[in-house]
Amino acid sequence: MDKAIGPAVGATWSKILLDVGIAILLAGSLNIVNGYAGQFSIGHAGFMLVGAYAAAWLTFYGSVHFFGTKDMVGGFLGKGELLFLGGCVLGGLIASVFGVIVGLPSLRLRGDYLAIVTLGFGEIVRVLGQITARQPKRVSEIAERSMSELANNLGGAEGFSQIPGYTTLFFVYVFAFVLLVFAFRLKYSSKGRALLAIRENEIAAEAMGVDTTRSKVVAFVLSAFFAGIGGALYAHQVGAIDPKELGFMKSIDLVIIVVIGGMGSITGVVIGASILVILPEVFRQFADYRMIAYALALIVVMILRPQGIMGVNELWETSWWRRKVAPRLPWRQK
Amino acid sequence: MTAALEINKLSLSFGGLKAVSEFSMALPAGGLYGLIGPNGAGKTTVFNLLTGVYKPDVGSVHLAGARIDGSKPSAIARAGMARTFQNIRLFGELCVIDNVRTAAGVRTKSGLFRTLLRTPLHVAEERAITERSLELLDVLGITHRKDEQAKSLPYGDQRRLEIARALATEPKVLLLDEPVAGMNTQEKREMRGLIQKLREQFGVSILLIEHDMGLVMDICEQITVIDHGVTIAVGSPKEIQGNPAVIEAYLGVPEENDPIARPGEPPTTDAPEAV
Repeated sequence: MDKAIGPAVGATWSKILLDVGIAILLAGSLNIVNGYAGQFSIGHAGFMLVGAYAAAWLTFYGSVHFFGTKDMVGGFLGKGELLFLGGCVLGGLIASVFGVIVGLPSLRLRGDYLAIVTLGFGEIVRVLGQITARQPKRVSEIAERSMSELANNLGGAEGFSQIPGYTTLFFVYVFAFVLLVFAFRLKYSSKGRALLAIRENEIAAEAMGVDTTRSKVVAFVLSAFFAGIGGALYAHQVGAIDPKELGFMKSIDLVIIVVIGGMGSITGVVIGASILVILPEVFRQFADYRMIAYALALIVVMILRPQGIMGVNELWETSWWRRKVAPRLPWRQK
Repeated sequence: MTAALEINKLSLSFGGLKAVSEFSMALPAGGLYGLIGPNGAGKTTVFNLLTGVYKPDVGSVHLAGARIDGSKPSAIARAGMARTFQNIRLFGELCVIDNVRTAAGVRTKSGLFRTLLRTPLHVAEERAITERSLELLDVLGITHRKDEQAKSLPYGDQRRLEIARALATEPKVLLLDEPVAGMNTQEKREMRGLIQKLREQFGVSILLIEHDMGLVMDICEQITVIDHGVTIAVGSPKEIQGNPAVIEAYLGVPEENDPIARPGEPPTTDAPEAV
């Protein structure tokens, strides 16, 4: 996949496509908590950071311990990439443990108060990351300590660097695809409707037998799992984790994608992620005015479509699609 | 025979205010009882106590023999108690059928993993939920609106959807909080027929709060009247209509017994003079 797409679109666009895929994964996972369940979380980068650290710890130190080198090893789905996949899953699992921890306050807090708690969580993770111990970088230095001893050596404020660049378009879009499939299955099932019901009217949802406590925690866990994987992919794309990069502003970026796309809409997240990643690149020609143009574009969208581009609907649920596109689809002819 | 719903001396205070005191009732299976009282009498508070929104200070509630007071609202709902809301609380952004499907789906066996992996059990359950929801919409006569957003429905249909949603939880006892409030005569007549139909078709026991005396006197077998949280009368519609305590609660004290409005003496309150 990467061999075919890479040369075809050029290095810049390969990089942009990677960014889009990771943004879809992160914003799509945030959409489960913010969009479906309506629990306003602005600490999503915290889950991302946890996943990034866990995966980087496994691939960087694991490479030295298992393969004897810091470099990438093995070919497609070779032992290096399997270690990386293990790192992604580990990152997701540890992030989902944190999902429980953040999910529990959401049982008693709502609205602004919950937002502040999630914001605090994101900042705590970031600060904890900044006070971890120095990252040993020489192979001999790493080899003489066990993996568990190295668990606190995450680079501190300097960041965790020299992470092998295993992230490829293939892995990003496989994980993004899995997330999108899960998100659809959830949205169109009893479990997902229960979450939407909580967002719409929590008292009525509870009165109709929806266990709101359990549903919210499940939403946070599932969301954090995919955010952790997103963080792992991000770390292995950039090659380094700088905790300052994955702070409050990153969380806000993700919230913006969900809000612009439409809270609760999965196709909205895909559209929102694409626009918000590609737009700053397109505006690069404006140089210094780039971020102003970007911000203006956001304001215009919010004025024209306060409910987001898609609202809560999916692409094929819009009236535009029903009238203009659906009748022309090949399998709808005659 | 155990009653479908047995309420024993339920009391609740908000600070110094006794919102409900020693409320008791035994609703037989298939019964249709009414709960009336002036505004602010504590009727909806009784519903909130029964459904677990408030926890009673003292007293007990048994649903089909099992004690439910003190449980969470969702657990009480799954045990077989469903309600509608006086101020309609639909899932506004969701379409009509999804409102009903949400309530029909709370007892499914498939958890998160079966949902995400879409196992055969999950698919079968979802299909059953959809069929059941369509049947309920049909009974309530709002099938033609199934894909509309709940918040865009006309008022009468919103009330119907609330009832459909409550029935979707497969209740043993259905609590209706002012089902005909704000309806015109024609709609009220339809709703009256509907309530009786529901009782026969689903075998559900119904407790009804309503200000429309015509409806209450017409269809309820027994009526409980409360005022300031205190039960002032229990009996058949006929008994209630002739009960002086009830008349007093609704219409006030007759003039000759009222210290405030006694003729010949100046009024003790600083109310404006009648014109």
